[in-house]
Amino acid sequence: MAAVDDLKFEEFGDSANLLPASQDDIAVTIEEPSLNPPAPRGLPRGLRREEDEELLGNSDSDKTELLAAQKRSSPFWTFEYYQTFFDVDTCQVFDRIKGSVLPVPGRNFVRLYIRSNPDLYGPFWICATLVFAIAISGNLSNFFIHLGDKTFHYVPEFRKVSIAATAIYAYAWLVPLGLWGFLLWRNGKVMSIVSYSFLEIVCVYGYSLFIYIPTAILWIIPQKAVRWILVMVALGLSGSVLVMTFWPAVRDDNRRIAIATMVTIILLHTLLSVGCLAYFFDAPELDYPSTITPAPTHQYTTRVVSAGH
Amino acid sequence: MAEADELTVGETATKSGFLGLSDVSISEDIPVEGEITVPMASHSQDEDYSTLDEPVRETIIRDLKAVGKKFVHVMYPKKSNALLRDWDLWGPLVLCVSLALMLQGGSADSKEDGGPQFAEVFVIIWFGAVVITLNSKLLGGTISFFQSLCVLGYCVLPLTVAMLVCRLVLLASMGPINFLIRLIVVIAMFAWSTLASTAFLADSQPPNRKALAVYPIFLFYFVISWMILTFTPH
Repeated sequence: MAAVDDLKFEEFGDSANLLPASQDDIAVTIEEPSLNPPAPRGLPRGLRREEDEELLGNSDSDKTELLAAQKRSSPFWTFEYYQTFFDVDTCQVFDRIKGSVLPVPGRNFVRLYIRSNPDLYGPFWICATLVFAIAISGNLSNFFIHLGDKTFHYVPEFRKVSIAATAIYAYAWLVPLGLWGFLLWRNGKVMSIVSYSFLEIVCVYGYSLFIYIPTAILWIIPQKAVRWILVMVALGLSGSVLVMTFWPAVRDDNRRIAIATMVTIILLHTLLSVGCLAYFFDAPELDYPSTITPAPTHQYTTRVVSAGH
Repeated sequence: MAEADELTVGETATKSGFLGLSDVSISEDIPVEGEITVPMASHSQDEDYSTLDEPVRETIIRDLKAVGKKFVHVMYPKKSNALLRDWDLWGPLVLCVSLALMLQGGSADSKEDGGPQFAEVFVIIWFGAVVITLNSKLLGGTISFFQSLCVLGYCVLPLTVAMLVCRLVLLASMGPINFLIRLIVVIAMFAWSTLASTAFLADSQPPNRKALAVYPIFLFYFVISWMILTFTPH
């Protein structure tokens, strides 16, 4: 019956065929968005290793990179441009500090915590706190070491604050600059999967210095063994954060250059901590000076006696 | 003049039975006189618009009163607009200079590391205040630059009082009790400064970043307190 035929659904076929193919009409076809996310720029999917997928936080790396590109849209002479570098909440800063103190093996600090939102708040204020922590702790430690000494006159040693500030801010800003330039140069020669922007490197270095704040306060204890154990622990924790961050970036390079880079990073970090310990904190070796002095005269008399024979 | 007019109108109205105002005429016998002036509240009002003619003493006393009022607001911090809206930098300058001068006694003659020099104290206070203000603005705070400088500068007042007390206590003999008194005074004034400035500045920050903006203020007053506590005269 015609009514039943009318009610039956008609198949129309492809919509493009129904439109009259006249030159005046413009056929617009809208395609469904593709369900597979496209591979990150410049890299076919097959070449990525599994650990890098985990490290890169695959699912939203594209989204966060797009967001980052949108955020920096103001020109650099406006105030809003610099506000994008302070776009962090209190809980985010705490998470980043926690991630720098307790490194999870295999997880990359930058990808896990920073995620294309590097901030300048953490590096700047952690360095400022570290400067004053080292200067004040050094002063206090010297005071306690020389406490019983009548000839010691206490001075606040304010010069050391400016020296500490120069050293720490130079380390936290010039070393990332050098490292970033070096990585950029190597990326020109060897295509690497992971590359960091300058601000991300500054961020990693800044947050990795956080462990030295409680270390500096504990260095007040005037025992050499305690101080060196603290140096080892702090170096281990912050060094491992740096190594786990930068190893994926240099791993594809020539083996020797990769290892040399890692060794240089760790060496500079060690130099900073040991240098601060040596310069700002007097050595606590005043436990036994009174027992040393009688011995030379005793030796002298025995030698004279033996020479006389 | 108005009264004379009304009398004339009233008289003609009663005489002619209120035939309308067309019959109103002002006769030449009654003089019309008066003053066309806008009534003023006081004679001295147009002198207030230009303070150029007032004696110098009045100007100075007015500014001193404004500064004094802000000192009182710092010592008893309640939410008030005096510090924020009518900011001025005289108070911070006076406090900074007096604090830097009082910190001078120990290091003038020592060649080695001593206490902070005058310029160092000055730079720490002003540069520190500028950096904290920039930090709070970059984090999205709504306070203006000079208002924040004004609050941070005025809240150095408790620490200046602590410095004064420390210098007086140091005139007595040195010893652990001496140090303990100074320690307690400096800690109390440090807490007062930090709480006072936080009371004024914390509300202008977005709520999830308050701690990020308050921590630098804490560090700033801590450094100043450390300089005060470690002051040793010679």
